[in-house]
Amino acid sequence: MKYATPAYAVAFLLLLAAPFFVYPVLLMKVLCFALFACAFNLLLGYTGLLSFGHAAFFGAAAYVAGHALKVWELPALAGILLGAGASALLGWAFGSLAIRRQGIYFAMITLALAQMMYFFFLQAPFTGGEDGLQGVSRGSLFGLVDLEKDINLYYFVLAIAVFGFWLIHRTIHSPFGQILKAIRENEPRAISLGYDVARYKLLAFVLSAGLAGLAGATKMLVFQFAALTDAHWHMSGEVVLMTILGGMGTVFGPVVGSAVIVTLETELADKVGSLVTVIMGAIFVICVLLFRRGIVGELLALRKRT
Amino acid sequence: MASPDYILETDGLVKEFKGFVAVNGVSLKVARGHIHALIGPNGAGKTTCFNLLTKFLEPTRGTIRFNGHDITADKPAQIARRGVVRSFQISAVFPHLTVLENVRIALQRQLGTSFHFWRSGRTLDVLNERARELLAQVGLEAAANALTIELPYGSKRALEIATTLALEPELMLLDEPTQGMGHEDVDRVMQLIKQVSANRTILMVEHNMKVVAGISDRITVLARGAVLAEGDYEEVSANPLVIEAYMGTESAELAGAH
Repeated sequence: MKYATPAYAVAFLLLLAAPFFVYPVLLMKVLCFALFACAFNLLLGYTGLLSFGHAAFFGAAAYVAGHALKVWELPALAGILLGAGASALLGWAFGSLAIRRQGIYFAMITLALAQMMYFFFLQAPFTGGEDGLQGVSRGSLFGLVDLEKDINLYYFVLAIAVFGFWLIHRTIHSPFGQILKAIRENEPRAISLGYDVARYKLLAFVLSAGLAGLAGATKMLVFQFAALTDAHWHMSGEVVLMTILGGMGTVFGPVVGSAVIVTLETELADKVGSLVTVIMGAIFVICVLLFRRGIVGELLALRKRT
Repeated sequence: MASPDYILETDGLVKEFKGFVAVNGVSLKVARGHIHALIGPNGAGKTTCFNLLTKFLEPTRGTIRFNGHDITADKPAQIARRGVVRSFQISAVFPHLTVLENVRIALQRQLGTSFHFWRSGRTLDVLNERARELLAQVGLEAAANALTIELPYGSKRALEIATTLALEPELMLLDEPTQGMGHEDVDRVMQLIKQVSANRTILMVEHNMKVVAGISDRITVLARGAVLAEGDYEEVSANPLVIEAYMGTESAELAGAH
């Protein structure tokens, strides 16, 4: 772990310099999905719970933040926090229902609940149905920084993402994180030591949902719209793919996974059209067959061996 | 009914699975300060009994009293917090945590920060000294920083005992603590159980008659889900019903240890 701090510093410096070399909107998209995947990884990698409904939190926060900015004309930061808070609340409701089941049943319950949310977003009057919430203005930060400029917005998004990563990192290494690891490693033993595991799982679920919401609301701000694709089950699948491809249960894995997927999708979209789904599927199959630990997981294992 | 001499009493404990009665009216009394062994042929319902006592299974009928309190409706984690801590038939450790961290998981609850996700993990370092003491008690202090999965089997079981001891349970339930061990490990764990039994009560399921004869104060024999006999080793091993129940594979073992 002695390389961890310098690695974080280097990554941070690269991110500070990145918008001068790469299109900032692409970078922001990567950051949002990286945060989304890291939030998901908190649940899958560190608690051992596979949620197949995380799009609901990503999408709900986007709608709530979009509505807050567009209709209530709240400032950007307030809208984003409101969105994340709404997702955390939704996470609490989902979690309370799903947490008592395990494995495939847990995944199915989260999927079913997320599908219900999707239907709600399709029908509810404030979401704009098929069209989504469009033309949300980015506004400014405390009336000082104009967020309509991509470069300004980039640093705002970076600050949110860094906060999110910090919180996840802290959670993983906190007293609470220790108990999560214990539950993942041996749940009956954790119970026999007096821990009410359901309450720990629920808190992990709420944190994960809230952070997924933070990512969704931020993405809404970047693209200035919230749409049904954010809440679609494809999105839930995509975050699983990003996390597993990068390496679940590693701090950096989901970041790498989402960077790879988002970049590929963006680059390939105009070249191969809908074939992109096939390519993603192929990547997933190769990953599961050949490097099950994911990109970062395999690298870490390689370093340990040498 | 509740007697201060008995730390744990069950009354007519029954567990029915669909069309099969695994535990049939077991009334067990465990005296405070004893090492009490629960023995019986395979399938006699020993482990099911353990699961009922710790509420990992819900009893169909009957009551469980601990220190005179009815704990029949408690949840498993609640029972652990009352001071009844169990081990498992297969070694129950956290394999990808270090040996020290394993013990710390048990100590951590008393800090009251187990839900604090914003706190640094370093706040747990105050527990290290106590954790090392506990590890020293079971002879594992040298392995404190090793990853638990790399420990030999006997050491894992010792670690499990250290982790259980960390909660300072009044009543320890050990499910086959010497299962799958070589002779030296068996002796070591037997001494360890004897040593940690000071100031507490131990109820253990055990197959190894040498261990049962060597350290238990009282023995309950289960067969087909019901209590067949109870007493000290001399009484139980001379009981014709017990000898009959053990006929075949384990009779030689019983006789051999006698």
